[in-house]
Amino acid sequence: MAEARKRVDEAGSGARGVREGRPATEGDRRPVREDAHRAAEDLLSVRDRGPGGRLRLARDGFRAYGLIAAMWIRATMAYRTSFVMTTLGSFAATGLDFVAVLLMFQHVERLGGFSLGEVAFLYGLAGAALGLGDLAMGTMGRLGQKVRDGTLDTLLVRPAPVLAQVAADRFALRRLGRTTQGLAVLTYALVQLDGVVWTPLKVLMVPVMLLSGGAIFAAVFTMGGAFQFWAQDAAEVQSAFTFGGNALLQYPPTVFAKDLVRGVTFLVPLAFVNWIPAMYVLGRPYPLAVPEWFAFLSPVVAVGFWVVAGLLWRVGVRSYRSTGS
Amino acid sequence: MRGVRVRWRLYALVAAGSFRRYATYRVATAAGVFTNTVFGFILAYAYTALWDQRPGLGGYDLAQALAYVWLGQALLAAASLMGGGFEDELMERIRTGAVVTDLYRPADLQLWWLAADLGRGAYLLLGRGVAPMAAGILAFDVALPPEWWMWAAFLASVLLGLVVSFALRFMVGLSAFWLMDGTGVAQMSWLAAMFFSGMLLPLTLFPGLLGEVARAMPWSSLLQVPVDVYLGKRTGWDLVAAYAFQAGWAVALLTLGRLVQGAATRRVVVQGG
Repeated sequence: MAEARKRVDEAGSGARGVREGRPATEGDRRPVREDAHRAAEDLLSVRDRGPGGRLRLARDGFRAYGLIAAMWIRATMAYRTSFVMTTLGSFAATGLDFVAVLLMFQHVERLGGFSLGEVAFLYGLAGAALGLGDLAMGTMGRLGQKVRDGTLDTLLVRPAPVLAQVAADRFALRRLGRTTQGLAVLTYALVQLDGVVWTPLKVLMVPVMLLSGGAIFAAVFTMGGAFQFWAQDAAEVQSAFTFGGNALLQYPPTVFAKDLVRGVTFLVPLAFVNWIPAMYVLGRPYPLAVPEWFAFLSPVVAVGFWVVAGLLWRVGVRSYRSTGS
Repeated sequence: MRGVRVRWRLYALVAAGSFRRYATYRVATAAGVFTNTVFGFILAYAYTALWDQRPGLGGYDLAQALAYVWLGQALLAAASLMGGGFEDELMERIRTGAVVTDLYRPADLQLWWLAADLGRGAYLLLGRGVAPMAAGILAFDVALPPEWWMWAAFLASVLLGLVVSFALRFMVGLSAFWLMDGTGVAQMSWLAAMFFSGMLLPLTLFPGLLGEVARAMPWSSLLQVPVDVYLGKRTGWDLVAAYAFQAGWAVALLTLGRLVQGAATRRVVVQGG
């Protein structure tokens, strides 16, 4: 570890030299780049560390994330009016979304066989989960820009896990606006729902759905970020699965074609954010024939999402080649 | 006379340059098309559920409602229905002071950015509009214009909508002269555009007074009016009225923008050095 840190320091100073405009020939730039790269790989690599090292890496990551996020929160609070305005804006932006649902229910009693309360339940769960995922990992969408302008190099030579640094960079507390809006709609839904017989298990499932859903969306944000190692301008593809996923999950599954539902159940299992567990809570059948215990799988699916996201991220970092400027 | 011709050439070049600038980012375009198509599918199913229960809702049948969904996705980027566009760049230039260079140019600030924004809109209409619309037509029973010439009428209405959209966002950009950080205003602006253009839900579904107000506001020029022209709901004198509505807002807002620009440029103090 000490050895790696030393090499990072050297690489760091070298990179600074290049940045300060020292005329860098291809010859003296490349070793710096490779050195930095090797140092970063050392930091990322957990192969020779065993299970203890793996744990330490995770702990380091969370610590770094916390520190950087706290720094950004302090920075945001320097402009408190702007923070309040943008948080309210984020709340209002997602709120308008729900206004559209309310306007739809001005014209119909039920949508796809679901009442307003039931749709609000789905909407609130998906919205709050996306809000949590966005809060935690939303800035991953900027990775492409970091690759393009070379600022990722700076993160690679710092002695902290890169994923934590990228994710916490420009940590935006205002994104709580979306979570709050989701929770508000969820509360409204819980008041409206009178047909549900609440058991302790069903009550427990609500926070479990929110946390697993948040973790699932956070993993999708991470995958979207990792994808930008290959396609720097493709930030919007990630929106199709995160914000698009949210738009999908806020409507009842009965609205959509079976093939689409199959796709989000088995292929990209976003259905575990709310659809499948919520159908259990609401006591309604899922449009596909799935075993009942699927309703309790959300945390497992979230872990699965993170395994894939982690692998994709690692492959991405390893294949990264700096622009060199 | 020659001066006028030179001016036109200048703005045409600015527009063409802006078109090419956006056309450079092919991966971003493809990603946007993908996302627009995904959203189009989701909304199309939701609207199908809604119109299955209430056929004829808002004066549209199901095929027309589906056309509404896909036209919304096709125009989303071009008309900046959910924000984005030149205004962020303008605000940044005002904040950093680079706007001084723009004011030095032998060109009008507003017309310069209008030309640039129309170039951008033209590219996004082709690059991000055609593919999602084609996907929608292939996958769903989407209503097409009843007559071929309505395509042309529709495009004219879209063009007017782009000008209205520009005029609104130009003032948003200029707000940075007073506020320095225009993020809040930009956010309000795209919220209004999203809600009042009919992007969330056709304005004909808005109840009572809210609906009447929404349909009279400038944002309805961005989506609701072009869609109605496309669907052949506005023909004859009614089509003229639709164009007059859009052009009226365009002229009014451009004039207002010009006044704001005058007030703003009087505020500029160029630092020496």
